[in-house]
Amino acid sequence: MHVEIDEIAKTFGTTAALHPVSLSIPSGALVALLGPSGSGKTTLLRILGGLEFPASGRVLFDGQDATNLRVQDRQAGFVFQSYALFRHMTVFDNIAYGLHARPRASRPPKAEIARRVARLLQLIQLPDIGTRYPSQLSGGQRQRVALARALAIEPRMLLLDEPFGALDARVRKELRQGLREIHDATGLTTIFVTHDQDEAMELADLVVVMSMGRIEQIGRPQDIRARPATPFVREFITA
Amino acid sequence: MSDTTLPRPLSAVTEPRAIRLALIGLAVGGLILLVFAPLAVVFAEALAQGWLAALASLGNPDALAAIRLTLTVTAIAMPLNAAFGLAAAWFITRFDFRGKALLITLIDLPFSVSPVVAGLCIVLLFGANSALGGWLVANGHPIVFALPGIVLATLFVTFPFVARELIPVMIEQGRSEEEAALTLGASGWRVLFTVTLPNIRWALLYGVLLCTARAMGEFGAVAVVSGKIRGQTATMPITIEMLYNEYLSVAAFSMAGVLTMLALLTLLLKTALELRHADQLAATRRH
Repeated sequence: MHVEIDEIAKTFGTTAALHPVSLSIPSGALVALLGPSGSGKTTLLRILGGLEFPASGRVLFDGQDATNLRVQDRQAGFVFQSYALFRHMTVFDNIAYGLHARPRASRPPKAEIARRVARLLQLIQLPDIGTRYPSQLSGGQRQRVALARALAIEPRMLLLDEPFGALDARVRKELRQGLREIHDATGLTTIFVTHDQDEAMELADLVVVMSMGRIEQIGRPQDIRARPATPFVREFITA
Repeated sequence: MSDTTLPRPLSAVTEPRAIRLALIGLAVGGLILLVFAPLAVVFAEALAQGWLAALASLGNPDALAAIRLTLTVTAIAMPLNAAFGLAAAWFITRFDFRGKALLITLIDLPFSVSPVVAGLCIVLLFGANSALGGWLVANGHPIVFALPGIVLATLFVTFPFVARELIPVMIEQGRSEEEAALTLGASGWRVLFTVTLPNIRWALLYGVLLCTARAMGEFGAVAVVSGKIRGQTATMPITIEMLYNEYLSVAAFSMAGVLTMLALLTLLLKTALELRHADQLAATRRH
């Protein structure tokens, strides 16, 4: 899905979290929103997911105005920073949640839900953990379950908030590769937030560097490395 | 590592045996004196003249009316306070608004205001001498010296229990699981029943049990608004006081024994539920 962000602004109280920003994300791209904390990257992601609403500006999905679309109707697969798995449900029930939540008319039958969950567990290469609880999983496993849960609703795009933030370096590398593979397999427009420039540069097709609620530069990783547009970008990507 | 002949303490945070025994003794002694002894006295006094005398005193119509009244009041107050407490905790922990600190203070008010004062306020507001109370009495809906007043007083006194249990738990759990459910397409009600409530059910249960125990045992506020009409507005605690003042010790302590057993029953229920759902409980707490 093609995502168009048109002059989006957001304030919390009296502080401006986002000055009007505009950004066009081509269908099927893997995009990194890169910046230090307080740069507005997570706010922008949450606006795309429908968890926050902008003070002004528009969001367009495939050319259609989605600015005031309810979060439930956005079909955005969202992976939270701390994964936000439902702690009282098994992995199976976590992944099946979005399918169970559908209105009766479009809800798949039980056997079909089970089949889809099994396929997603296969996709994240954890076929045997369906009966476990989130507290019995490692950090990396939780992250992959969160990804499977987001994919289960057959989303139009995938939004990830610091998806590798809480993991050790080795698992992080592994999961980066995993996300790339899942992105390539599904072809979903994927947007992830990170403060780690290595991660952004290595994984993304398109990197959006943000600072203080503004977009500093948009470009392919090699272009940003070769020609940083502002002193901030130069400093940030060499840090 | 060197071989050492000295006996090593088991852990760095332990104390010599004598001190440990003294502290344990102190704790057990205090527990016996403050908890078990009164409990034993209640039942000993109730059964001083045998089972039959105790049962006979409970079979008295006024005693049965008191038990019925207390259970009725509790059955009304408990679900109402569970619902209000849940709504208040949800509102306070999920939204930022002006006056939040004031609202939290107001929720705590029943803890700091004397129940007798709370009862007096209800009498002043709804009593026959006030404009509102006079109108209500004239139309056949008396509040004071009737069931509604007792329920109001009980609601006021027990209001903080549920909200106070839930607020810290809901703050600690945050809102991201609820947000995740929303992004997966769940409606607000679905999120409430499949994510919010399951996550807080133990805190909710604990708050409701505390609320229940207090609702059954409340004396001060209810004593003021009830008018102590025997067989009509006398709850169990009030009946116990009246019987005791009339030197009917077996009857008073038999009633006290029933009240105590109701309290123990709620505790037993909680323990049974915890045992039965131990695995889920563990899964919910670790994370």
